[in-house]
Amino acid sequence: MINMYEVSETNKMIENENLDVRTITLGISLLDCIDSDLSELNRKIYEKITMIARDLVTVGQEIEKEFGIPIVNKRISVTPISIVGAAACRTPEDFVEIARTLDRAAQAVGVNFIGGYSALVSKGMTPGEENLIRSIPRALAVTERICSSVNVGSTKTGINMDAVRLCGEIVKATAEATKERDSLGCAKLVVFCNAPDDNPFMAGAFLGVTEADAVINVGVSGPGVVKKALEKVRGKGFEELCETIKKTAFKVTRVGQLVAGEASERLGIPFGIVDLSLAPTPAVGDSVAEILEEIGLERVGAPGTTAALALLNDQVKKGGVMASSYVGGLSGAFIPVSEDQGMIDAVHAGSLTLEKLEAMTCVCSVGLDMIAIPGKTSASTIAGIIADEMAIGMVNQKTTAVRLIPVIGKDVGDMAEFGGLLGYAPVMPVNGFGCERFISREGRIPAPIHSFKN
Amino acid sequence: MKKCIVTVLGKDTVGIVAKVCTYLAGNRINILDISQTIVQGYFNMMVIADVTDLEKDFTVLCDEMTKLGQEIGVSIHCQREDIFEKMHRL
Repeated sequence: MINMYEVSETNKMIENENLDVRTITLGISLLDCIDSDLSELNRKIYEKITMIARDLVTVGQEIEKEFGIPIVNKRISVTPISIVGAAACRTPEDFVEIARTLDRAAQAVGVNFIGGYSALVSKGMTPGEENLIRSIPRALAVTERICSSVNVGSTKTGINMDAVRLCGEIVKATAEATKERDSLGCAKLVVFCNAPDDNPFMAGAFLGVTEADAVINVGVSGPGVVKKALEKVRGKGFEELCETIKKTAFKVTRVGQLVAGEASERLGIPFGIVDLSLAPTPAVGDSVAEILEEIGLERVGAPGTTAALALLNDQVKKGGVMASSYVGGLSGAFIPVSEDQGMIDAVHAGSLTLEKLEAMTCVCSVGLDMIAIPGKTSASTIAGIIADEMAIGMVNQKTTAVRLIPVIGKDVGDMAEFGGLLGYAPVMPVNGFGCERFISREGRIPAPIHSFKN
Repeated sequence: MKKCIVTVLGKDTVGIVAKVCTYLAGNRINILDISQTIVQGYFNMMVIADVTDLEKDFTVLCDEMTKLGQEIGVSIHCQREDIFEKMHRL
């Protein structure tokens, strides 16, 4: 039987170390809503989302109360809208209408974000997909809850450089369209390489076409719990360090698995995956940077950071996979700047640079995340940064992403405020040399040789 | 059998165990195990209980226990056992 020590350990994790389930994300396929008439399409989308997700928030709250574990977000991901809207939308403005519908549906069921305003263009773009991408700045400016993503490359297809160039312009235009709020729109726009179909985390969540009609995906968290556990093995060898991370990741993931199973049963919707991610928040004691510092770095960004992060990421996965029957999504440590107090402090202290962050993305999940850069940064430079990050993903057969915020009207040293879980970030310097001639080349970067496995 | 874990934490005072147990009995909740200690004047109790025969909704029970805690001046949590079982048992 469970003993007092175990009960108090669990409750301490929840109350003092920010253990929570970061998100229950309900994936909803909109493929059966497709219609060539735009208003009919909008009606069907609204009805399907509000019907399937009607109990999501209440069920989430019930689980929170019964098990005593906070579930921070209840969210929805849908089929990429570029596919759903292709038959009905002739212009970018038509796609914006769908964004408005999604926003209304999300509000009606009480979720704070809905992901899937997306296009998958890793090899080429259809006119519909291009229209969707061109509609992103306006869609993010006129809605509150929409999250958008574009997959511009994969290990199998190479990198679609025409899409990368376009995304550079779109990131810039989105920043302009939301400049009154520190270019907040860009915090809801992710450019991916190897985007997973079942990611529950925003802003990159969408429900891939390989998925079922509706599915429950859960994202766990718990950087604070790992940090506290590591305090007890200060000065010990790597074996003990790794063992501690694995055990903690196991415990954290088991909670995610439990919540996913309960949510799936109560909503009558199949369980998809648990995403084993260490997702930080701006709250003190909920930071991935602090874990790296506990491992032995004076500040995150110092030499040794990439190795420490590689170790952390690997041990989180090794501990987590045994705790859940199905693991998927992004699964690894997230290193967003604005959402992690330790990262923000490291930027302030001059220890963490964009280049070091890029190196770190080679060994952990996702990529250059929630980084504020000067508003004057050119679209081609942004596209260049995106291309670099996509290349890392393509060659290493992993997911990488870019979520940069060129904060219009602000420069290095200024602070950008996004609010809530999106946090705040110091504007970081970007290499001032150009890549215009590289970015203006048309076509694709071919798939790497090791992608030919057939 | 459906089990729940009740934890009580707070400054020691007369009648904490009595009040908690009376409430549980009143809701047809059978106590399976109790452990209790006092550390530096602080009362710490854990109850494992069987809620199979509970007639009200479990979330209502959670709310009422929290309220009872406020009345006594201690913190009471009531959680389904699964979260501890999952986390600490293979």
